[in-house]
Parts: sequence; structure tokens; C-alpha cells
Amino acid sequence: MRNPQLNDNGELQHLLTLEGLPREIIVRILDTASSFLGVTEREVKKVPLLRGVSVFNLFFENSTRTRTTFEIAAKRLSADVINLNISTSSTTKGETLLDTVDNLSAMHADMFVVRHAQSGAAHMMARHVASHLHVINAGDGRHAHPTQGLLDAYTIRHYKKDFTNLTVAIVGDILHSRVARSLIHVLNILGTPEVRVIAPQTLLPAGVEALGVKVFHDMRKGLAGADVIVMLRLQNERMRGPLLPSAQEFFKYYGLTQEKLALAKPDAIVMHPGPMNRGVEIDSSVADGAQSVILPQVTFGIAVRMAVMSMLGGQ
Amino acid sequence: MQLPDAEVLCADLVRRLRPEVTPETGMVGIHTGGEWLAQRLHRELGLAVPLGALDISFYRDDYRKSGLHKSVRASRIPFDVNARHLLLVDDVLFTGRTVRAAMNELFDYGRPESIRLAALVDRGERQLPICAQYVGTTLAVPKGKMLRLDRDASGRLTLRLDDA
Repeated sequence: MRNPQLNDNGELQHLLTLEGLPREIIVRILDTASSFLGVTEREVKKVPLLRGVSVFNLFFENSTRTRTTFEIAAKRLSADVINLNISTSSTTKGETLLDTVDNLSAMHADMFVVRHAQSGAAHMMARHVASHLHVINAGDGRHAHPTQGLLDAYTIRHYKKDFTNLTVAIVGDILHSRVARSLIHVLNILGTPEVRVIAPQTLLPAGVEALGVKVFHDMRKGLAGADVIVMLRLQNERMRGPLLPSAQEFFKYYGLTQEKLALAKPDAIVMHPGPMNRGVEIDSSVADGAQSVILPQVTFGIAVRMAVMSMLGGQ
Repeated sequence: MQLPDAEVLCADLVRRLRPEVTPETGMVGIHTGGEWLAQRLHRELGLAVPLGALDISFYRDDYRKSGLHKSVRASRIPFDVNARHLLLVDDVLFTGRTVRAAMNELFDYGRPESIRLAALVDRGERQLPICAQYVGTTLAVPKGKMLRLDRDASGRLTLRLDDA
């Protein structure tokens, strides 16, 4: 089956998931992103690539960081950005997702950045829109968050250079995490030999081993010798029924403290996709400590989103 | 066809540029051939200001037609362009579109006092009102052919004719 994200020439038409994406395309996105980093240090923090292109940010779920960084990325590429806050608009009056998309297409949209609580929403849009339009998945349900996976990969490459000798530990609420899924896919594609997930059984999806990860329930064992630690946010808003005794108890067993961080390699980096719950999954002294690269992740995220948009916009 | 010796043209450019540059001149090479040539000129002229390099991929006028170039390199201008006399360097001057893109990019770093252009070969057939102040030689190249600069492991520069 043809990858629905690629056009007939094998180039990126939409970005929906990292699963099954060719390695060359991922490397090209990361390389292009590094060229965009310097743009923000100049007098004019813009390049003219997407002049005249209209980018619609469709956020059916709340997000500040992702929406803002997509908006900044599009503006640094000179695109026109239209932000739609869907929770206060037509869908609450009964309009379907595809009707919304058709209406925005009639307003001459060129690119959609979509976040939706339903897994597969971005795929459905991509199948529906005209062939000159592009869809970027900014997070769909529990399924995928490809630009987050890419910025995580960019961050790891920036600090560790090479994936082929790394142990990466992903800790916390794997069950609800599209960030974890996208990260696991990209790490596998880039040849990471050991990807670990560390979580209580109740926060792991069934059959997670099939993704090519090692499962640990004991955080101390899971962190031993890790080069990269990715902490995930506890997604209380997605939890149906009690999966955990309490946030305090979770912190005791799965929170990252200085003492647990010391079990990883001395030069291990600590990442978090944000927003952080200090004292729930990560201790403040670690979040603000010397090994934390959480804020650089945000900066790299803009460059990665510029790379994706500029590769789509030229197709 | 017989191509001129790039080393001879380069030495000639150095001779002609020497009285035209000052220690404050900012030199910028256009990736890749122009950057190689600029590295040579910069060294031989003994310029004090560090060399800059532009990859004009983000400024190309054929982006919407041809997409983003496959391998983009970061541009690097390690000096303040404001109020500075700049010398832009490319290997082959042809349609003028690359030079236009390079000038657009330079102005996003600031407002230079002036920009002059040096090229190893001018193959004519300009599509924009652009000219070079310093040219190694002019050369008519058959349509559909691409004239490029090569650099071997020893750093020696040669010209090469490819099918476009």
C-alpha cells in the first residue's frame, strides 16, 4: 500500500505519523531544521519561502505550546496564519470536521495544522482535501504527534550526535501518550538499539513490546545506564476511572528526582514534552538542573516545524 | 569544449581584487562553488574580517515550482553587515537569479553600505538586470549545459561541464 503521506514522487505531501516514514525523509527534516536555527539570530527573523501561503491552525483540543510554535514557525516562513479556536466555533453548532475543512478550503487555505482528540482525524482530513493542500498532524488522540517526535529526535541528535549507541528511557504515562508512540517510531527508524518504557502496568498499552521497546516497572532498573530520559506528563484529563492511587504515590515510584537521575549515565539528558507537572512526574531540581534540555526542546521545535512546513509547501 | 584553467582565473581575480579591498571588506561566498572560490580569495587577499557563506535555498524564486532544495546548509555571516562594503563571490554568473536571492538574504542580516560581485566565469544569458564588477573570464556555454566548479582533495579548483 502506498504511504498516504507521500506523493507519487515519494516526497512528503502530508505529515500524519512517523510510523513507516522513510529514514531519508526524517534525516532530511532534521538537517533542514538545523539550517533554520540560525534564521532567528538575524536582524530579520524570517525567510520568504511561504509568502502568500495560508496556514490554518485547527485546534480542536487545547494547546498553547504546540499551537504557538506552529504559528511562529509559519510566520518565520512568511506565511499568513489563521488560528481557529474550534471549541468556540461551528463544530459546537454541529458542523462536521470535513464540512469545516471544506469551508476553510473555500477560503483558499493551503495548509492545515490539526489537533484533534480523535485518533485518525488528520488522516481523514488528508484523504478528503484537494491534492494541492497539505495536512500536518499536531496530535490526534492517543495515536501520533509527529512533529513532537521529530523535535525530540532533533534534540537527542543535537546532544548525542549518533543514535546507534544510545539507550533511551521513556517514563510515565505511556498509555495516553501520542508523544511516546511517535518518539518510539522515530527512534526505531533512526536505529536506536535500546528503547525502554518505564511505567506501572496500568499506564502501559497492551502489547507495547510489539513497538520494539523493553518494558520496566521498576524505574531504578529502567534508568540504569540510560543516555536519554524522556519524562511524560500524567494525562489526568484522558484517564477514565482510577489508574493510579494518587499523584504523590506516582511521584514516589515514577517521579524523576536527582537521586534517581544519578542512576543514568553521568552525561544523560532529561527531556519533557511539556507542560510539566512539577512534583508529579519530575522534581523541580531536575527540571531546572544542568542535565535538563527541556527549554532547548521548545526552541528546536520551531525549527523542526519550519522544516516540515517548508518541505510540504514546495510540493 | 576547451574550458579555461580555474587556477589561472582565480590568480587573476586575486590580482585585480587586491587594490579594491580593505581590511574591513566583508566577503561572502555562495554555496558551494562560490564558497570554495571565496575561501581561496579570502586567504590570498589576507582579509581580516572572517568569511561568510550563504546557502540561498530559502530565497530561491523557483521554490514553489521545484520545492525546497534536497540538502540545505545553514548560512553563516560571522560579522555585522550594517554599513559594511561587501564582496559577494560566486563561481559562475548565469541568469542572475542566484545573485538576486543572495542579495535578498544579505539584506535580512542588515543594511550593507554596498555590495559588489566577483565571479570566476560569466556565461552571459542574464534574465535579471545584474552584473559583476570582477569577472575571471566570459565564456559562451551551450544551452542545456551546466558549468560548475570542482575542488579536489588537494584544494585545486577546476571547471567542469555537465548536462543540466
